[in-house]
Amino acid sequence: MPGTAEAAPQSAAARSQQPGDSAHRELALRAIDAAKAAGAEYADARISSARSQRIGTRERRVTGIGDSETFGFGVRVLVNGTWGFAASSDLTAEEVTRVAKQAVAQARANRVAMVRPVELAPIHHPPVPNGRWRSPARIDPFTVAIEDKVAYLLEANEAALAAGARFVNSNMFFLKDEKTFASTVGTVTQQTIFRAQPGMTVTMVSADNSDFQSRQSTDIQPRGLGYEHVVDSNLKSRAAGWVEEARQKLTAKPVEVGRYDLILHPTHLWLTIHESIGHPTELDRAYGFEANYAGTSFLAPPEDRLGKFRYGPEFMNILADRSAPGSLSACGWDDEGVAPEDFHIVKDGIFVDYQTTREQAMWLDWWYKQRGMETKSHGCSYAETWADVQFQRMPNVNLEAGEDDTVWEDLIAATDNGIAIIGDGSFSIDQQRYNAQFGGQVYYEVKNGKITGMLKDVAYQMQTPTFWNAMDMIGGPRSYELGGAFGDGKGQPSQSNAVSHGCPPTRHRQINVINTGRTA
Amino acid sequence: MAPHSLFAVARHLSREECEAIAKKVLSFSKADECRVTVNSGMRQNTRFAVNQISTAGDNYNVSVDIRSVIGKKVANVSVNRLDDTALREAVANSERIARLAPDDPELMPELGPQTYRDSIVWNDATASLEPSARAEAVRAITEPSRAAGLISTGYLEAQAGSTGIANSNGLFAYSRETASAFTTTVRTSDGTGSGWAGDSDNDFTRIDPDALAARAIDKAQRSRNPVGIEPGRYTVILEPTAVANLVSLISRSLSARSADEGRSFFSKPGGGNKIGEKVVDERVTLVSDPFDPRVPASPFTGEGLPTQPVTWIENGVVKNLAYDRYWAQKQGKEPISGGGTLSMAGGESTIEEMIASTERGIVVTRFWYIRGVDPRTILFTGLTRDGTFLVENGKITRPIKNFRYNESPIFMLNNLQMLGRPVRVSGSEAGGPGQALLVPPIKARDFNFTSTSDAI
Repeated sequence: MPGTAEAAPQSAAARSQQPGDSAHRELALRAIDAAKAAGAEYADARISSARSQRIGTRERRVTGIGDSETFGFGVRVLVNGTWGFAASSDLTAEEVTRVAKQAVAQARANRVAMVRPVELAPIHHPPVPNGRWRSPARIDPFTVAIEDKVAYLLEANEAALAAGARFVNSNMFFLKDEKTFASTVGTVTQQTIFRAQPGMTVTMVSADNSDFQSRQSTDIQPRGLGYEHVVDSNLKSRAAGWVEEARQKLTAKPVEVGRYDLILHPTHLWLTIHESIGHPTELDRAYGFEANYAGTSFLAPPEDRLGKFRYGPEFMNILADRSAPGSLSACGWDDEGVAPEDFHIVKDGIFVDYQTTREQAMWLDWWYKQRGMETKSHGCSYAETWADVQFQRMPNVNLEAGEDDTVWEDLIAATDNGIAIIGDGSFSIDQQRYNAQFGGQVYYEVKNGKITGMLKDVAYQMQTPTFWNAMDMIGGPRSYELGGAFGDGKGQPSQSNAVSHGCPPTRHRQINVINTGRTA
Repeated sequence: MAPHSLFAVARHLSREECEAIAKKVLSFSKADECRVTVNSGMRQNTRFAVNQISTAGDNYNVSVDIRSVIGKKVANVSVNRLDDTALREAVANSERIARLAPDDPELMPELGPQTYRDSIVWNDATASLEPSARAEAVRAITEPSRAAGLISTGYLEAQAGSTGIANSNGLFAYSRETASAFTTTVRTSDGTGSGWAGDSDNDFTRIDPDALAARAIDKAQRSRNPVGIEPGRYTVILEPTAVANLVSLISRSLSARSADEGRSFFSKPGGGNKIGEKVVDERVTLVSDPFDPRVPASPFTGEGLPTQPVTWIENGVVKNLAYDRYWAQKQGKEPISGGGTLSMAGGESTIEEMIASTERGIVVTRFWYIRGVDPRTILFTGLTRDGTFLVENGKITRPIKNFRYNESPIFMLNNLQMLGRPVRVSGSEAGGPGQALLVPPIKARDFNFTSTSDAI
């Protein structure tokens, strides 16, 4: 758990001076000095050099190889309680100064519409003058030869075709983001973030072209790791299994609408957690700041919900972290220089805290005082790129495993009339996070403790509080897995966050299942 | 490049600057074919929440995309630095990666020089929109909202930039484009009512902040304390934004190749595609016209192919699907690019007439969290939001709780009853400029609402 510079994980690579490190540090400091000189009471600067790579294939062909680098900086300032932000891709001393002044001028322009000035919560640790952090990637994906990556995907496709796939698409995506951050608080950090995701989709078409079904590899989740995640995912060895499942989906029994006990695999459940717990516990949503797009929250107002709202049964505990090794949200410091700590959002089934930034932590000052806690940010500030202003984004939000050794098979064995769902599929939830609908990749009918066959056209519709209070079984530590996504959208302009969600399998009693199949 | 003042016409590269960069990149290239695309411009925004500006941001970026072809091998590299070293390195990288790639059997040669119509997407006023002007536009919504005891939240974005494309066969294309969008959600202070209004245009001066404020405030006040009614099949009166939310989904399914491969709604059982078949009501015509001044788009595609008006569906019959250059050649067709703008023909009915003619139905302002459920029927799910009302005996009688739907725009356009005059809307869920859409309000029967939501 990174707390201060001393405590942050520091591999040999992380400690070494990268080319450009000292230049970036100097430019970031120049930006915040220019902002202060122009009248800012607080300023931070982020310089980022991000490289990404995407390789796509279909069947025996490469559909695209793309390598992209983006480089630039953003300066955020607070002037008399109003924010301003400006960014540019011209990383020169003159441009850094100009952009810092532009951010200050913009904050002044924004004052005409100010009602309540912004206040920042103090940071719970001393300034970090030279912080370093690096994702625990073993193999930098950009050191792996393109031909090896292409061969990996085409071999996996060959395995799918050999198993009878009509179509197969596969791809891999990598990111390496080197970020320098400096703020007027006296913190300067340099972090290297890695992300990796391999993926495959196989499609089967019925003989008469009247039906087609796909199986996506959504049980392989993106990670904050390097190329080793691709190697470990071993698409080639799994392709035939996905082809067989897609084939079975063509002749699977359409689900009968009704209420079923749902047994949800971690490869599916992570997305339900993301939508129905991750998003409604964002504090800016609860206060209406995202009303125009991402929405507000049913967990509002905070004074009526904190410590009072029962999310689920007593064995339900939701822990947020930015520390799990290889998780997508892991970092040493967030995008305003705060070292995140793990915190409970739900404890023993009761809702107890929101995700916060420095600005937002002040809004819950009363609650933290009441609980005898320090008023401090949970370290949830994040911006997708140098060109975006940072704001509150989701950390990893996890459902903690139960205490006994229950596993997936135990949940199936304990169920008389249910549906087991593996993999995430279609998802949609309302703007306050009450009413959601989720599909999956594969659905199994469960009768009298046994899987009796595959179903298709399944989706469940749920009301968040009812769904979580209907949870009556939970897997133990052995069945806990990490899921997650790159494309978590929020904000205007919409920014993508990358976040992981760990959970065991669960069972939920009597959930409403619909049939999504229609005839054109 | 000339020095830039703090706030002036949004910074972007001129035709000459793009040409110079492209020439330099092509001079570094040792590949058999090379294409360079230079995008540059500013993205400027102001957000407001709880009746005050919450954040704002101005950013400038330029990116150079280099596509190198060696034999039948291809790779793309993108950088956002313009110095010779960075560009040289990017060219060399793209060639190095291309050499390592396997042959692409579907490779199409780069195009030769083309003739383009002038772009009509640029607007000086949008390109010069300063933070103070944005703040004033925001105040036109926050002030009346505050005065009415309501809470306004919203987003204003203006973009201005240029695109230049050049290749080793002598093609050069350049255009400048602006885009803007302004959307607001006004909520009642007791949290029981919410109203939305939004608009999108390449010319910001055509967006009227006072009118947006009036619409959103009116909807918020009228939607207070909604009642729940049973889900089921209802006659719906969809405002233009709601129509755009659903009809735009069709434009994502227009690939001829997916249809020919048997994995699309436009696949024909037994093989082939549905060109020539009637798939929706005969009053439905869907067109992409990049030179329609109401919804203009770029005069060229990413490959530098000139764009032209395309009719996708005419009087209910599929006329065209999108063919990339490879699939077009293979099928003996002309390439037709998909995406771009979308216009739907309308009728003469007003929303008031649609309401007056309805015994029992639902008026929908917009949809939200729209996600695919079944590509075989273009079936999507999502929810109504920010202004959903019950119509009884020809009149709006009360606000109702939001519904989740599971529905396809194809089924909806088969159940058409009335159409109004098309207008340009902001159809992007995220409130940015998004796809330029020109659509009418419609009345349709048997719209499939599957559950209710307590969300306001």
